[in-house]
Amino acid sequence: MFEAMLSQSTFFAIMVLFGLGAITALFFRKDDKLANLASSFFAILGSLLGIAYSIAAINSDAAIFYEIKSSFPLLSFNFNIDHLSAFFIFIISLISLFCSIYGIGYIKHYYGKYNLGTLGFFYNFFILGMLCVVTASNILFFLMVWEIMSLASYFLVIYERNNQDNIKAGLLYFIMTHIGTAFIILALLLMHKFTGSFDFFTIKESVGSIPPLVKDIIFILAFIGFGTKAGIIPMHIWLPAAHPAAPSHVSALMSGVMIKTGIYMMIRIFFDIFTDAPLWWGAVVLIVGSASALLGVLYAMAENDLKKLLAYSSIENIGIILLGLGSALSFAALEMKSFAALALIASLFHILNHSVFKSLLFLGAGSVISKTHTRNIEEYGGLIKHMPQTALFFLAGSMAISALPPFNGFFSEWMTFQALFEGMKSMDSAYQWIFVFSAGSLVLTSGLALATFVKAFGITFLARPRSEGALHAKESSLSLRLGMAALAALCLLFGLSSGFLSGIFNNIVRGIKSFGDYDPALVVSQNHLISVNGGFSSISAPAVFAVLILAGIAIFAIIRFVSKEQKVKIGATWDCGTNLEPRMEITSTGFSRTLIMIFKGILKPSKQAGIEYRDANMRYFPKSRTMVFEISDVYKKYFYKPIHNFVLKISERVKKIQSGNVNAYVLYIFMALILLLFFAV
Amino acid sequence: MAEIIIWIIQILILPALSPLCVGVIRKIKARFQNRQGASIFQPYNDLWKFFHKDEVISRDASWIFRFAPFAIFGATLAVSASIPIFASFLSNNFTGDILVVIYILAIGTFFLALAGLDVGGAFGGFGASREMTVSSLAEGGLLFSLLVLSFVSGTTNLFSISGTIDSLSLASLLPVVLAFLGFFIVLLAETARFPFDNPSTHLELTMIHEAMIIEYSGKRLALIEWASANKLLIFITLGSSLFFPMGIAHSMGFIAIAAAILFYLLKVLVFCVVIAIIESSIAKLRLFRLPDLLLFSFILSIIAIGLTI
Repeated sequence: MFEAMLSQSTFFAIMVLFGLGAITALFFRKDDKLANLASSFFAILGSLLGIAYSIAAINSDAAIFYEIKSSFPLLSFNFNIDHLSAFFIFIISLISLFCSIYGIGYIKHYYGKYNLGTLGFFYNFFILGMLCVVTASNILFFLMVWEIMSLASYFLVIYERNNQDNIKAGLLYFIMTHIGTAFIILALLLMHKFTGSFDFFTIKESVGSIPPLVKDIIFILAFIGFGTKAGIIPMHIWLPAAHPAAPSHVSALMSGVMIKTGIYMMIRIFFDIFTDAPLWWGAVVLIVGSASALLGVLYAMAENDLKKLLAYSSIENIGIILLGLGSALSFAALEMKSFAALALIASLFHILNHSVFKSLLFLGAGSVISKTHTRNIEEYGGLIKHMPQTALFFLAGSMAISALPPFNGFFSEWMTFQALFEGMKSMDSAYQWIFVFSAGSLVLTSGLALATFVKAFGITFLARPRSEGALHAKESSLSLRLGMAALAALCLLFGLSSGFLSGIFNNIVRGIKSFGDYDPALVVSQNHLISVNGGFSSISAPAVFAVLILAGIAIFAIIRFVSKEQKVKIGATWDCGTNLEPRMEITSTGFSRTLIMIFKGILKPSKQAGIEYRDANMRYFPKSRTMVFEISDVYKKYFYKPIHNFVLKISERVKKIQSGNVNAYVLYIFMALILLLFFAV
Repeated sequence: MAEIIIWIIQILILPALSPLCVGVIRKIKARFQNRQGASIFQPYNDLWKFFHKDEVISRDASWIFRFAPFAIFGATLAVSASIPIFASFLSNNFTGDILVVIYILAIGTFFLALAGLDVGGAFGGFGASREMTVSSLAEGGLLFSLLVLSFVSGTTNLFSISGTIDSLSLASLLPVVLAFLGFFIVLLAETARFPFDNPSTHLELTMIHEAMIIEYSGKRLALIEWASANKLLIFITLGSSLFFPMGIAHSMGFIAIAAAILFYLLKVLVFCVVIAIIESSIAKLRLFRLPDLLLFSFILSIIAIGLTI
């Protein structure tokens, strides 16, 4: 049965379904309803087939190659699907499935305002692009589909084009993603130069011909290039701008899945193509990972825009994923394959988990925003009474992302911690301290993430409404709730089945060239007991769940036994004798202010007080007072601003040769030609 | 069979003793203030009274407010089954991991902070904000101080740690002492004690824990009060069973276990006396001084880790 599933025609059927979705959506662009239906229908069908295909591919041991020759000599459409690719196909299809179901209802509010045909076109192409990115096996083909993915997502970011901020965010995304692509092209071309092939598989075979220094350069270029897509700090600035601008189900896909394609290529290059990474690569990845995790969560905590908060939290989670990846690189450099596999499994598991709960949270945010028409947390409040189901799903997502057991986030973070502990134990002195530093930043990050999501959930859904919009909000329609409910259930399910999943991850890691056959440091026994590093730590997901459930039953028994006749009276919140207004509740700014002041060395908060008087000459009666709290962006100030100034200065100098004289330009062209000929010979 | 009986004692002893622990601390504090003080069993009477009172719930509250006490109390119950109290030979490989215990306790913190926000009063919100500030910074010190012990003993399972730690070499004494100092600071922070919080006032300038639960009454208040007593005893137990495991029963046997329980009670009493003395002798710190203290605990633990690895 698996063989039939894995045939070339099944794989291309997935592609064709998404292609059909794109084309029919464009075809029906005059009719909003039909365009929505066509694009969602084909996207759902394609995702379902993708899930089935990827499960079959993970379970099969055959190496899968598909090839289509093109009429261009260097370019051929090669696909190579191993376990790692199949795993990413699974994530992409899984999240697209629920985002597409959600999308059916969600994009109804664009009817009559924007063209649904183009939305469906770019949405389907975006998913198609991602699927090709994780399967492409030819450098030129890869760059093409990478660009399709980036451009389709760019058009989705600027989809709500009447809002000037979205256009700006789109431009920033466009520039940053192409800076990233430039680094990627350099890295991949260097690989081609020393191996003489455009095919990843051939490059893998002849990787020995790349000198070590060039490998280091490729590492740096690839880390910056793919890191830009993944959103590592300081290349992240596009992410908090672009992700919130897109329609919410697209934000969910971008934050949940697209940024992981960068991580996919890092794994592919650092582990599958190169096999002898030096130790310092791991150290670099660990340091960047800890900085991204810690700074990401600090900015998320300070943020008052719900979708921006989630976007910053994606940067944090990419940091956590990189902590696993960096530990894996360090262990692999020291030939400690079983620990490297443990760290990579932690990283893969967190990739899966983050894609589930982050897309859930973005969908929840979209559901709230579509009813309240604002992204500002300060204008929410009390939504749990009007949108009880959205609130429940968002709560599940918040608990999962704060790594509370028995949800899935806890188990991948637990594994990441185990990898870091092992590094602290077994590395040499300087590297040991990098692991200590990483574990320290991870524990601080998870504490701050808890605070961040108490704020995100509490200020949004609890207490009394703070604005008219929140007061009149209603529960979202069925398709939205269905998409969120499925993802919330998956958060719990992946947590409970973490033992089963670790077995699959072991299998995936075995397929990567650096690992081959290793003695797993992560063992799952019969009763779902996961134990790592020869019994250093052990945990059992069902047992954690059972203990929590049993504790719950015990309390209900106590209550039933001791306190059964007591009545519950509904009263008012204690109001100190005045009428309670929404203004008396704590605000989002107020909630995070203490933590912001504690971390003022990093966040650099500023406070501006303004006052307007009724009579400018007699300054006794103020008419209004304003207070502006801001966080300054240190990257813009200390990283991007100097670069910007430098580029401007260079441009000023270069301008001098631009005389406007055509003859001079002809001379330039001639000189350039001569130079090129000279170098070519 | 004997194993089952011991497990039942293990699960029941912590919630059963925790109100007594609070009573003892209150009594000692009262003596320091030249008062007679209430009986050490007063917290039991309080709980009984709360359980039999009717409740008032705010009309702004949602199901989170109603559910939170159960989650908070449930988390403490789950933890009390996952930490070594008097017997290290009960091997709980399933939930006895350091990280599991820390994160299950975090479930309680999460719901407590949400319950504080839920009623929309002026107090609950800032209580939640302060609680999250303190607990997010305390987590580092807690994990790293316990991690020192697991590096020394070669496992992160709390039961195994308590079984191996009392046969330590002299060389690992210094890191363990440093880690204990770090742990003790976290203990005061997490259980809402001086100098972090004042457990006996309702003054809006100082309160953290009391601000979040100010809207509770009746059985839900009883559950929350009981849960915070449990949390206090959980931290005391972690301190006594992991850092001072002498007397803990390593094998089955009536005498060993009876002696272990006696030792345990003695150690808890010592901890209570120390906490009461600290509460009576130092002042509460300003909120913005707290991070310094928590950072100090974190750094102590990191130094201790540096000495062990």
